[in-house]
Amino acid sequence: MSLATDAPAIEAREVNKHFGGTVALKNASFSCQPGSIHALIGENGAGKSTLIKIFSGVVAPDSGLLLINGQASTIHSPADAARQGIVPVFQELSLMPQLTVAQNIFIMNPPRNRLGLINSKALAQKTLQFFSELRFEHIDPNALVSELPLAQRQLVEIAKALSRNPRVLILDEGTSALSIHDVQLVFQVIRRLRDEGRSVIFISHRMSEVDQIADTLTIFRDGKDVGAFPMGSVRRDEMVQLMIGRKLEQVFPPKLKELPQQTVPVLEVQHLGWEHVLHDINFTMNKGEIVGLGGLDGQGQGELLFALFGLLRGLRGEICVDGQPKQISGPAAASNAGINLALIPEDRKTEGLILPMSVGDNTTLSTIDRIARFGLIDRKREQASIQRTIDRMQIKTPSSRLPARNLSGGNQQKLVIGKWLLTEAKIYLLHDPTRGIDVGTKQEIYQLMRQLANGGAGILFFSTELSELVGMCDRVLVLYEGQIFRELKEEEITEENIVSAALGLEYTNSAERTVSLSGTTHS
Amino acid sequence: MTTSVPKTGVSVRRWFNGLEREQRSVVIAYLMILVLITLGTIFVTPNFASPTFLIQQLRQAAFLGIIAAGQMAVILTGSIDLSVSWTLNLAAVLATSVAGGQDSRILEGVVVGLGVGAMVGLVNGVGVAYLRVPSMVLTLGINVLLKGIIVVYNGSAPKFEQAPPFLSWLATQILGGIVPVVVLFWVIISVINYVILNRTTLGRKTYAVGNNEVATYLSGVRTPRVLIGAFILSGVMNALAGLLIAGNAGRSFNEMGEPFLLPAIAAVVVGGTSILGGSGKYLGTVAGVILIRLLDSALNIVQVPSAMRDITFGLVILAMLFLYGRAEKVRE
Amino acid sequence: MTSANIATSLFPTRSPLRSFFRRNFRVVLVYVILLVLLSINIRLNERFFTPPVITSTFNQSMTLVFAGMAQTSVVVSGGIDLSVGPIISLANSLASAVFVDSAVGIIGTVVLVLAVGALCGCINGIIVVYGRLQPIIVTLATASVYSGLALFLRPRPGGFVPRPYGDLLTTRISTLVQPWFSEQSLANTVVDYIPASAVLLLIVLLFVWTPFRRSRLGLWVYGVGSNQGAAYMSGVDVNRTKIAAYAMSGIFAAIAGLFLTAQTLSGDATKGGVFTLQSIAVVVLGGTSLFGGSGGVAGTIAGACVLPVIRSILFFGRIDPLQQPLWEGLVILLAVAAGSTRTFTIKNRLDILR
Repeated sequence: MSLATDAPAIEAREVNKHFGGTVALKNASFSCQPGSIHALIGENGAGKSTLIKIFSGVVAPDSGLLLINGQASTIHSPADAARQGIVPVFQELSLMPQLTVAQNIFIMNPPRNRLGLINSKALAQKTLQFFSELRFEHIDPNALVSELPLAQRQLVEIAKALSRNPRVLILDEGTSALSIHDVQLVFQVIRRLRDEGRSVIFISHRMSEVDQIADTLTIFRDGKDVGAFPMGSVRRDEMVQLMIGRKLEQVFPPKLKELPQQTVPVLEVQHLGWEHVLHDINFTMNKGEIVGLGGLDGQGQGELLFALFGLLRGLRGEICVDGQPKQISGPAAASNAGINLALIPEDRKTEGLILPMSVGDNTTLSTIDRIARFGLIDRKREQASIQRTIDRMQIKTPSSRLPARNLSGGNQQKLVIGKWLLTEAKIYLLHDPTRGIDVGTKQEIYQLMRQLANGGAGILFFSTELSELVGMCDRVLVLYEGQIFRELKEEEITEENIVSAALGLEYTNSAERTVSLSGTTHS
Repeated sequence: MTTSVPKTGVSVRRWFNGLEREQRSVVIAYLMILVLITLGTIFVTPNFASPTFLIQQLRQAAFLGIIAAGQMAVILTGSIDLSVSWTLNLAAVLATSVAGGQDSRILEGVVVGLGVGAMVGLVNGVGVAYLRVPSMVLTLGINVLLKGIIVVYNGSAPKFEQAPPFLSWLATQILGGIVPVVVLFWVIISVINYVILNRTTLGRKTYAVGNNEVATYLSGVRTPRVLIGAFILSGVMNALAGLLIAGNAGRSFNEMGEPFLLPAIAAVVVGGTSILGGSGKYLGTVAGVILIRLLDSALNIVQVPSAMRDITFGLVILAMLFLYGRAEKVRE
Repeated sequence: MTSANIATSLFPTRSPLRSFFRRNFRVVLVYVILLVLLSINIRLNERFFTPPVITSTFNQSMTLVFAGMAQTSVVVSGGIDLSVGPIISLANSLASAVFVDSAVGIIGTVVLVLAVGALCGCINGIIVVYGRLQPIIVTLATASVYSGLALFLRPRPGGFVPRPYGDLLTTRISTLVQPWFSEQSLANTVVDYIPASAVLLLIVLLFVWTPFRRSRLGLWVYGVGSNQGAAYMSGVDVNRTKIAAYAMSGIFAAIAGLFLTAQTLSGDATKGGVFTLQSIAVVVLGGTSLFGGSGGVAGTIAGACVLPVIRSILFFGRIDPLQQPLWEGLVILLAVAAGSTRTFTIKNRLDILR
């Protein structure tokens, strides 16, 4: 099906949107041609998500024009958007966990028998058929979504969007959990959509993917579009400049030349194991070190952090802090004076912060007992702590009384870190702290990490971004199938080494390697 | 919340809009009390606004108020305590039978009564915090269990129901014709509650747990203690109310706790506390209790048949909820 | 999902049968419990497996069964209905006020009561959806209103319920089909064991619950209960779905009230009240999660039968009748605690909280 019209498949003109006091979109314009794959990039808070929400009918713009196939339209709701051919695939999965895969995908039009009742067999059939068209065969249509691993859930999410016959498919970080193989599958489908004359809007923080798949590129900054280019016509550093609006000087703070002499490592882990997820983990961490955790998704990195923080039961092995073996029974014990751990969890919105509570209340939550006497909160000390944190972390907020949900993603993450800084922890466990955060704030976080380390803390840094592991870490532990497959030191820390270790490959001379497994092209 | 006295209508409006959502509900609740008193004076009886009448109302409201104080704490944590009626009853039954109607043994009775309340709260709290049984179901089951215990304890005839005279004195006495003793109890409890919720670490943690237990737990807060504390408070409040109600009636009696559960929950919610937990001001709960009490009285005096009373009660709760604002839009 | 861990350790492999057991662990459990209780009952009372006793047991459970089904509809959608009891009272009061002793009259009354039940449910749903208020509080308030209405219709117990109506629902099938089967035939003997109320349950399941459950709307109810936001994003009409769930609850509550009327042969505005909390207990006993998205009436029905069977055990075991409420409470607590064994098997403390 090819569209004869030249009008853009979907277009936004001079759209404005504000939430409370924050301006999300300021006279923003965006236009996507039919038969194209259009990438949308920009820092967090730049307005991309808001634009997408407007396109999908989740929010309504304050002003501005929306055009679909050249005709002015309004989009009242997700159902309405779907009717007009716009289907989004979001970062936050929009699947219903207790329903089956088949039920999730065809929830709007399940096959029904003469009585109007759903025909389960036909439903499963329809799903299998659909999957084979997409080449996603390995998912059981009768499996409950809650039983599936994250990567499969994302595939179902995508399949579901595709089943609604989209004219415009919007992928908002929809590939973040997928393996390289699955990403290619999805790309094939996207390319087919484009060849059929449909459009795909592709949002991703992974430049390698954007490089591979996009025809056109639009960059957003501060709620407005700042440039639209055919792919390949703009250089990487130009792109980044447009995204952050200032020249990027240095990405990562300098590492340690050598560690200060120590007798006792701040953290020592021996023969750590848990269920079938972690096996015989052994490593040490010294004061002032940033130790990275690498590896493919789901190799136990998150669980290792949990284990250290006391969240796992039935732990095998031993954990020693400052040379003393410790039994860590939970987060309260872990953050206490004897052990002094801090965990920056994976999901800042639901695990790191309490969004409806004020910025101030969030800041002092972990240290509230320390600024109280006989249980009564010392208001002055509390205010001082809050102000200190806001200043130190440079958290942008008009007042500490406003709810934390008003903050941008980057500021929210800084708030989480700031909360833990007040505990004066010795060991920081970071679970992908810069995921979904704008470039500018990432810089700040990197600087902070190095400062903390220089001040004597030990940092265990799990990141899904190779460049971060390479740029920040003094040592990298690559996990493979729940074990430390390789420990990389100093010059050994390269993206290639990390990746090959992640795949469980023995170290080889990588000079001849031409295919970069992360998909990064070297310009 | 500003403390300056608003001079003109404009600055009143501005002050009101400047309040946080929680505080606005409290203001509305107190306004409704004034409205109700006015309407009562016009339509029910000219005495409605008289000090004697209002003091009587406060005295009766105190019993509900004590229960609501505990229930609010539980609701703030995101749970609910459905074991009000029989905890109240059991505490009263045990206290009266232990005291045997004698002032000399009143202390033992009180200790046993309140102790039972605390134990019930402990069991509820442990079940919810550690066994992760949904509070609605657990407290419901405990409620039935407590009824069973009373039935077995009393056997074919109640052991001893009469309340010690001092207890009756406490429950009915109005000092100087102005301050009922139970209201004094209520005020003291309210002050303690207010301080705990607004000024202490426990209060802060309570709101945090009600808002997001997972994040609070991950922040290093010992969340089970917060939950258990809230339930123990509720249990003790229920028991205390039971003792006072027995004193008021002169004896403990069957089903004495029956009429208190739903009004207590209603009072908490009408006072602006979210049933989901995490937000709500104690002063609002106090207002809610007074509102419910006044409404009940008004309907009583007008001799509205029970049917209309129930209907009006329900409609008023709905109306108050509409005034307060709702859950977030589904769309956003 | 709640007891997945236990189930997985018992039924690890992927065959469809094992999958079934794993997913429906709690339901299977309650039926096992019911069977155990029944066998204890039979042991204590040799006359248990006789038509009169079977019929009586069914009749005693039936109101609660329907009340449980009402609550299930709403709980599955992610809400709760505290007005189930009052709607039962209202149905009972209305029926006793309107019933006349004629076939048309009976049918007319039944239809009217069902309609009123559905209306009450719709009102609940509309207030929850368009008022954007929490179900627990809305239904708490409407419970008061519906109770008041019941009291209004029937200030004092009494009213008229035609005898044939009552007999029809509480008897055994054999008395109904007497003209067709000879007294001595095998068919007659078999049919003697089937209570009319069981047939009623079957009819309701076939013609009311199943068409709802297996329709697209029924799927939407589970979807909304599982993740309301996701359902909305998928294009589901969340408002209509929720209202439908509450309407179904109202209908089932009305059915419960109609059955109660047949049992008591009179109207009483206070008799229905206890069913609210009991219906919640029964839903939980039956393995349905209070958070929504999973479960169903299968477990609820078994859960509703558990309590009367226990009462029967206590009676025939000659346990002091004074101890009955105590045992009832213990049973509810045990059943509920049993469902929480997951907290001991889950190895990730964070998952326990979620």
